[in-house]
Amino acid sequence: MGDIFARYDFFGAFWLTIQLSFWSALGALVIGTLVAILRVSPVPVFRLIGTSYVNLVRNTPLTLLMVSAILGLSLIMGLRLSNDVNMDVFLWAIVVLSVYHAAFVCEALRSGVNTIPTGQAEAARSIGLTFRQSLTEVLLPQAFRGAIAPLGSTLIALIKNSTVASVIGASEAAGLMATIVENETGGVAVFFLFALGFVILTLPLGVWFTSLSRRLAVKR
Amino acid sequence: MSAPSVLFDAPGPKARARHNVLTAVGALLIVGVLYLAGARLAETGQLDAAKWAPFLTGTAWTAYLLPGLGATLTAAAISVVLAGIFGLIFGVGRLSTVRWIRIICGVVVEFFRAVPVLLMMYFAFTLYSRNGVFLPTINPLAAVVTALTLYNGSVIAELVRSGVHALPKGQSEAGLSIGLTPQQTLMTIQLPQALVAMLPALMGQLVVVIKDTALGYGITYMELLNQSKTLGSAYANTVPAYMVAAVLFIILNYAMTKLAGAVEARLRKRPITAGPTTTTMPNIVQGGAEPGGPTDDLIEPVHPQPPRD
Repeated sequence: MGDIFARYDFFGAFWLTIQLSFWSALGALVIGTLVAILRVSPVPVFRLIGTSYVNLVRNTPLTLLMVSAILGLSLIMGLRLSNDVNMDVFLWAIVVLSVYHAAFVCEALRSGVNTIPTGQAEAARSIGLTFRQSLTEVLLPQAFRGAIAPLGSTLIALIKNSTVASVIGASEAAGLMATIVENETGGVAVFFLFALGFVILTLPLGVWFTSLSRRLAVKR
Repeated sequence: MSAPSVLFDAPGPKARARHNVLTAVGALLIVGVLYLAGARLAETGQLDAAKWAPFLTGTAWTAYLLPGLGATLTAAAISVVLAGIFGLIFGVGRLSTVRWIRIICGVVVEFFRAVPVLLMMYFAFTLYSRNGVFLPTINPLAAVVTALTLYNGSVIAELVRSGVHALPKGQSEAGLSIGLTPQQTLMTIQLPQALVAMLPALMGQLVVVIKDTALGYGITYMELLNQSKTLGSAYANTVPAYMVAAVLFIILNYAMTKLAGAVEARLRKRPITAGPTTTTMPNIVQGGAEPGGPTDDLIEPVHPQPPRD
């Protein structure tokens, strides 16, 4: 068992998983917020863009996005993000994970917007705030606070989904596990070791987000 | 779409003028993005007629896409049935009056929800193919079904539990007061109502299952994605092949989502359960349920009743 730590880069693989998850979470939050704003905008065309984005991305398998990004966009159409192959895979994995989870971030924020009482938006308008002002000063802060629980679920899903990067050859945790169980005996123990790694990554986050969503919930 | 009307007033003349400008900007944006994408595709020769012609022939469909679609649906159908059984058993187990059954079922459900589906799939595949559990040709399917069953079964177990918890207390009290045992109350009064209320969420889970069968790509299961890759190699049209596969997936899942929505609307119009209807919302993320979190939240954030003031 200790043998495996010596010959395979167990911690390195999980470090890559963490890096992938961190940058993708950041990207997904930014894109997701923009799409959420489009989806609640007063202009029908913007709403159409937002809705199409969510419906298209949400109904496509992440694996398909991942594979077509690296094979289609990078390899065939020559959209390299880096000249180093490993770096290219890493960057594309971040882009795809961000784009995919942005749809779920958007839906989480929208459910957060739905928790805001009508009176808040009406009050913001009645004191003369513009759409942008009422959004940034009154509605979005409350929407984020109301959306913490679904945002937490999305983050946890993102960490687990970062394993999909292994199908395009990123050397993150799931890919390493596949290599180890194929080459070594004692696969069951290895599986539980890696599973434990993911439990350690996600369980505290779940607990933290739950307490955060309780603490930050807007008292009404 | 009730949100927009909450956020802004009916536009006046100035706002309408501004909206018209913004509409033009938005339309230009769409056209611009489509043009850039199209230009890039054309530049690399992906829009050549030769690359799209195979989709007009029968062979591309009968030899690749339809078998792929069939494999995707087969894996999804078997997984969803097994996951339903798994979920029912462990969901009821978590509601058991016996403490150690509750604890064991709880640990199993939380564990399989926290572990990535792909990790289980890789492991099951190696386990099966090394020990020769199934015929070599069935190993990939078996691994896909195993992983999807364990994960989605755990999510369904949580749905069962939260569905029963969401029922009004009067239902179980009424059962107990007419002399049923807790077990009988659960089985004959609470569970049937919870299952009906869960129906839309279960169908939403089917979308997750269909999407997750694509993970079988990683273990050589010949589902739609893998078949379209093979198709792409055969006709040297990888990019168009993926585009067609994406469209097929989107149509399939979008129809499923709409169907779930229709079932939910029907249930809400003609309630045959005392509990609130669970929607598809919390489960559409792959691995969307959070481990260790308050499972009752699976239902609550869905229909936030905006307090009227």
